[in-house]
Amino acid sequence: MQISGKDVGQLAFLSRLDLTADDLTICTKSLNEILGYLTVLEELDTGAVKPALHVRPIKNVLREDALQPGLEREQVLANGPEVEDGAFVVPRIV
Amino acid sequence: MPRYETVIGLEVHVELKTRTKIFCDSTTEFGGEPNTHVCPICLGLPGTLPVINKKVVEYAIRAALALNCNIAEFTKFDRKNYFYPDMPKNYQISQHDLPIATHGYLEIDTQKGPKKIGISRLHMEEDSGKLVHQGTITTTPFSLVDYNRAGVPLIEIVSAPDLSSPEEACQYVEKLRTIILYTGVSDCKMEEGSLRCDANISVRPVGTGRLGTNTEIKNLNSLKALRRSLHFETERQIEVLRAGGRIVQETRTWDEGKGETLPLRSKEQAHDYRCLPEPDLVPLLIDRQWVEDIRGSLPELPEQRRQRYIKDYSLPEYDAAILTNTKELADYFERCVRAYSHPKAVGNWILGEFNRLLNLHGIEIAACKVTPQNLVSLLRLIDQGTISGKIAKVVFAEMFTSGQAAEAIVKKKGLVQISDRHAMVPVVEKVLAGNPGAVADYKAGKGRALGFLVGQVMKATQGQANPELVNKLLKERL
Ligand SMILES: [Zn+2]
Repeated sequence: MQISGKDVGQLAFLSRLDLTADDLTICTKSLNEILGYLTVLEELDTGAVKPALHVRPIKNVLREDALQPGLEREQVLANGPEVEDGAFVVPRIV
Repeated sequence: MPRYETVIGLEVHVELKTRTKIFCDSTTEFGGEPNTHVCPICLGLPGTLPVINKKVVEYAIRAALALNCNIAEFTKFDRKNYFYPDMPKNYQISQHDLPIATHGYLEIDTQKGPKKIGISRLHMEEDSGKLVHQGTITTTPFSLVDYNRAGVPLIEIVSAPDLSSPEEACQYVEKLRTIILYTGVSDCKMEEGSLRCDANISVRPVGTGRLGTNTEIKNLNSLKALRRSLHFETERQIEVLRAGGRIVQETRTWDEGKGETLPLRSKEQAHDYRCLPEPDLVPLLIDRQWVEDIRGSLPELPEQRRQRYIKDYSLPEYDAAILTNTKELADYFERCVRAYSHPKAVGNWILGEFNRLLNLHGIEIAACKVTPQNLVSLLRLIDQGTISGKIAKVVFAEMFTSGQAAEAIVKKKGLVQISDRHAMVPVVEKVLAGNPGAVADYKAGKGRALGFLVGQVMKATQGQANPELVNKLLKERL
């Protein structure tokens, strides 16, 4: 499977990455190398293997609906680059 | 020119009334100072792992069963990736291809009779945080993020495109709300956002089999907004098609002030969620016994209850529908009926004075001071002829505000109906003597004059005279 520069451009847009034309060329090449490596896996015959939806064979891990105190707001906001009125400040989105 | 028909499907988000969030033990309580209902998990801090709240799964199954869904044997969660700071993780944990429930339905009433509306799927997901903008989203210099709602459990209920008018869409939401309220898994308050709605709508020439291109309308936070936006969007789409244009598949937002739907800018809707199985959560195998236990714990649902009222209590369809509209009202009605064997009379009182005063004072049934026993005692006083129906309303108003028993109020205020012939004769004679005109009219064959005379006697006794006795005494003397 190969992906085009156009695919990578779309991916960059969805990831909100501002790539230059050079970046785009490099990314397209690298991503295709990674995908090429993954095609090795396709050589395996998995006909007899059940599809795995999770890497570990565990199911039904549930907890009771019991309340615990959360974090102090000071701690919550400690890593925020900018905070105001107890909230995180983010740049305009659109 | 072809006639068009509307095709509508709804996505309804309902917030579940659990104590804690879906994947962590932070509180779900509404409100609170920004960022005070959070922990490392719902803040998406590195190194934390979500764990599913068992109650959320139970509530989702409970709602799904009430909506006649099939419960999946195997279900899992997925990541829905997007770039918007309302989720600290940059993805929302939802269910993509293996939802917990599918293939349900509910029934609405249309002019052509009952109509089944399919429910394609019901799945669990987490709510997002809240962004506060200064002014509008497009002009704000920056936004403030509050993650209190991030991780609050939701179920999303997706209908089939079976709704053919804005009115049917509203009815569907009302029915859905009633059913969910009966199950007790949510308080479904549209104004607080615990029930939210998005609509998919398209139009097509009548008789065409294929669906037209649809648009999605977001930001519908009331039934009024739902109805108005769907009307607007129907007209808009028909106009575009009649002018030879084509519908663009897009997300639009309802602008209440302008009364129109507006397209979101393309950048706002450019997304590709790249769903992938959530590696931090393991799948769920839903035990059949658990499902049956939940089914067994469901209360009688509004539809069954309505049918039973019509059949067992011989109530008119309309009365039965309103009485079963909320579980609280229906429970109240049944407590009365258990103590008193005239369901129709009880229904009349509840749908009449009782509801009127509840609405007037904005009181919930749970907070109402009139107990079912008290209401029944009042009805018995009417039956025994102790008070007239008219006086009963006065007594009831007093019961409603003071919470006192009917007998006590009647006694205290001296409201006992006058059924004593000897006490009434002088009053009747005085009224006859004082209204010769009406007497003459009656004798001249004008039957209506009798009503006037009865009214005068009632007035003279402050409504306490037994109307039957008054009629009888008047007729004897005319
Ligand atoms: Zn949390």
